Amino acid sequence: MSATTSDTVSRRSAGATGDLVFAWLCKGAGLLVLLLLGGIIITLFLGGLPAFREFGLGFLFSTEWNPVEGRERYGAAVAVSGTIFSSLLAIAFAVPLAFGIAFYLTELAPQWLRRPVGIAIELLAAVPSIIFGMWGLFVLVPFVQQKIQFTIGMELATIPLIGVIFDSNNYAGTSIFAAALVIAIMIIPFIAATMRDVFEQVPAVYKESAYGLGATRWEVVRNVVLPYTRVSVVGGIMLGLGRALGETMAVTFVIGNANRMAGSIFDATTTIASVVAMEFPESLAGSLKQSSLFALGFILFVISFIVLAVSRWLLHSRMKG
Amino acid sequence: MSMTDTTPASGFGGIQARNDAGVTAEPRISVRNLDFYYGPTLPKALKGINFDLPARQVTGMIGPSGCGKSTLLRVLNRMYSLYNGQRAEGEVLMDGRNMLDPKIDLNELRSRIGMVFQKPTPFPMTIWENIAFGIRLHEKLSKADMAVRIEWALTRAAIWNEVKDRLHTSAMGLSGGQQQRLCIARSIAVRPEVILLDEPTSALDPISTLKIEELIDELKRDFTIAIVTHNMQQAARCADQVAFFYLGELIEVAPAGQMFTAPKHQKTQEYITGRFG
Amino acid sequence: MSTTTMTFTRTPAEEATARAMSRRRRVMDQIIRLFCIGATLVGLFFLASILFTLLVKGLPRLDLITFTREFQPTTYGDDTAPLGGLLHAILGTLVQSGMGVLIGVPIGILVGTYLSEYAKGTALGNAVRFVSDVLLSAPSVLVGLFVYQLVVLPTGGFSAIAGSIALAILVIPVVVRTTEDMLQLLPNTLREAVIGLGAPKWKMITLVAYRAALSGIVTGVLLAFARIAGETAPLLLTSFGNNVVSWNLGNAMGSLPIAIYQQANSGFPDLIAVAWTGALIVTLGVLAINITARLFLARRK
Repeated sequence: MSATTSDTVSRRSAGATGDLVFAWLCKGAGLLVLLLLGGIIITLFLGGLPAFREFGLGFLFSTEWNPVEGRERYGAAVAVSGTIFSSLLAIAFAVPLAFGIAFYLTELAPQWLRRPVGIAIELLAAVPSIIFGMWGLFVLVPFVQQKIQFTIGMELATIPLIGVIFDSNNYAGTSIFAAALVIAIMIIPFIAATMRDVFEQVPAVYKESAYGLGATRWEVVRNVVLPYTRVSVVGGIMLGLGRALGETMAVTFVIGNANRMAGSIFDATTTIASVVAMEFPESLAGSLKQSSLFALGFILFVISFIVLAVSRWLLHSRMKG
Repeated sequence: MSMTDTTPASGFGGIQARNDAGVTAEPRISVRNLDFYYGPTLPKALKGINFDLPARQVTGMIGPSGCGKSTLLRVLNRMYSLYNGQRAEGEVLMDGRNMLDPKIDLNELRSRIGMVFQKPTPFPMTIWENIAFGIRLHEKLSKADMAVRIEWALTRAAIWNEVKDRLHTSAMGLSGGQQQRLCIARSIAVRPEVILLDEPTSALDPISTLKIEELIDELKRDFTIAIVTHNMQQAARCADQVAFFYLGELIEVAPAGQMFTAPKHQKTQEYITGRFG
Repeated sequence: MSTTTMTFTRTPAEEATARAMSRRRRVMDQIIRLFCIGATLVGLFFLASILFTLLVKGLPRLDLITFTREFQPTTYGDDTAPLGGLLHAILGTLVQSGMGVLIGVPIGILVGTYLSEYAKGTALGNAVRFVSDVLLSAPSVLVGLFVYQLVVLPTGGFSAIAGSIALAILVIPVVVRTTEDMLQLLPNTLREAVIGLGAPKWKMITLVAYRAALSGIVTGVLLAFARIAGETAPLLLTSFGNNVVSWNLGNAMGSLPIAIYQQANSGFPDLIAVAWTGALIVTLGVLAINITARLFLARRK
């Protein structure tokens, strides 16, 4: 009798101890994730502190990037604007295509085709960044140079006022346009997948109601599906933007890596991620240059954190509602 | 002349048909030898259906779940065409044209044959926009004409008084019963000739249900109506003609009075007395 | 005429208008339809073009030498010089990605478990889920900067350890997401049945829940591996690259993406050819793992 009781008690307490240990392991891992984010922010900021001290707020607005000893001056303006413009241009390319793919996969494609095509598009997202970079450099850049910049681009450049956007004396083909195109291809799967998933969540009966009034597929999507899903659609686009901002290797290959403000979409320029990847490995520990690169990283983190946070908030509010 | 006036004869299971004056009207839609398949490898969901929807009358469609009554409704306005693999054979005749013909303009067809669903489906926009949506697909109206049309539709759907002060607020804020009447208004705003109602009150409370039933009675002055219902009382209250479906077949179609007092078929009798379904 | 009694019937003129509008609307619908088909074809075309390019340019050097030799300088101008391979890079990628998975997966599973089994609806749980989701899409190059500060600087140099840690950080959010999603799919009755037998919660989770969610968790691990196997930027800042086979985790180590990056930018056709072969290997590997992971999950469903 007593033996059984003590046996039960010890077993129960062993279970309780195990529960406690496991619960804390899980919680500890969760806290580690928070620590990671905090750690990234703090190390980037501390790493960039000497540069922020040296250049002050001017760091953000200076277009200089001069590593020559004794005359070192660094500014973030070129990389920041290159990052933002290439990403926005990429979004402009990617959103219509991603929408078309999502519309095709949810409303137009025959049932048997939906899964394989959907998977193929998703696989595009699995191709590593550096592969896009190589493909971009050896396939896309010559195409852009020959078939777009030298033909359509030069035509467009003759248009008064807006012509300057297309007028460039950079003929290498590596340009903000090529970078935006590569980024667009890379983020299309993310935006398309999000759109497809939320389009599929619109109850069939709503769509049928609109069809029942005599609406076409396009009218149903424009007037019922899109209004119904607009918050999540914007969330998906923001997710694509967040990814575009931090895209590194692919951009490094095709943007030309020139510390010049791009006046034209065919100009070479650079982005934050690209500058960091190109210049950090050869920068000296503790140098002002390295600190400036950390400072750039900090700025990139802040921008993409905000974009990704907004994206997640938009995508999440749908799940609750 | 009418039997109801003199003998309120009680039917099976105490069901009383109000509209048992008999069905005399011209057919608005004629269904001939209709077969329907949900997929190439699936069995027939409708087998050799033949019947008419009399003009400006209410046809009630009853039967146990899965008997094909909702399927038939979805054939009548070609809703099934949205889905690959679903196929109908036979004829659905309206004004001498076969509505199953692939050459039929579906936009136009659906503007002539409107549909209201089980669950209210207000679009995520204002009340005004909900009604205007369907109208704009088929007509170009001036703002004044649009206002008249919208008021007319909402009035006919017996919801004008409840929403006239909030036309530009979201339709999602209406109650379930109001939403369903809004959907009916949205449907009739397009000025269809036929309205298909797929269990329109099954998601509603009794008071809202009563309002919709009264509305159906009112609407049949101008529209030919088909209503699918699980509720025998509702069929008896609303319908002039009742069709009983079972396992994809049309077992019996008869004037409502006759159907509930003297059904010809054993199955019909069993169903309306509640022995199955 | 009051609106209640007014009956609208269509006039022939109105019917004609509606028909004309219908024609235009159908044309518009067809245009959009063609656009959508076109968009999908364009998307598929990009994938096909990438694979085609990789095959055409990568196959010539997909030979034994590539798999058995380390890096060699260009043979340009010296035909007798030995051809180089990618052995150092392949091994380096396997070692670092393997270690990244080894470190990252347990942490990711624990976090996913925490979110699904312990912290549902709590503020801390929501914060962790939010941060994990943001890290999932955060620029990987910044993780490289972080690990550089955290590991490379204090230990005095680039190392495979630093590279593995950077990759592990990228693994965690992927595994968190799949683990939580999979655990959430389990019915509560399963949990209750196990607890009802008198099992403590931790045994319920480790012995039953994990087993029931196994295919999903394995999928997450495979996807995480596929993701980090192609990562370049964080390694550039942590393990830097090495031209010879190295088993020393404290030293710089090569990896396929870095080898591709360096040789593609070398300017020598023979090295670029090796870079293409490396790109082909990485891509086929990553896509094969992805497809396997999907099949694994599909079989379960």
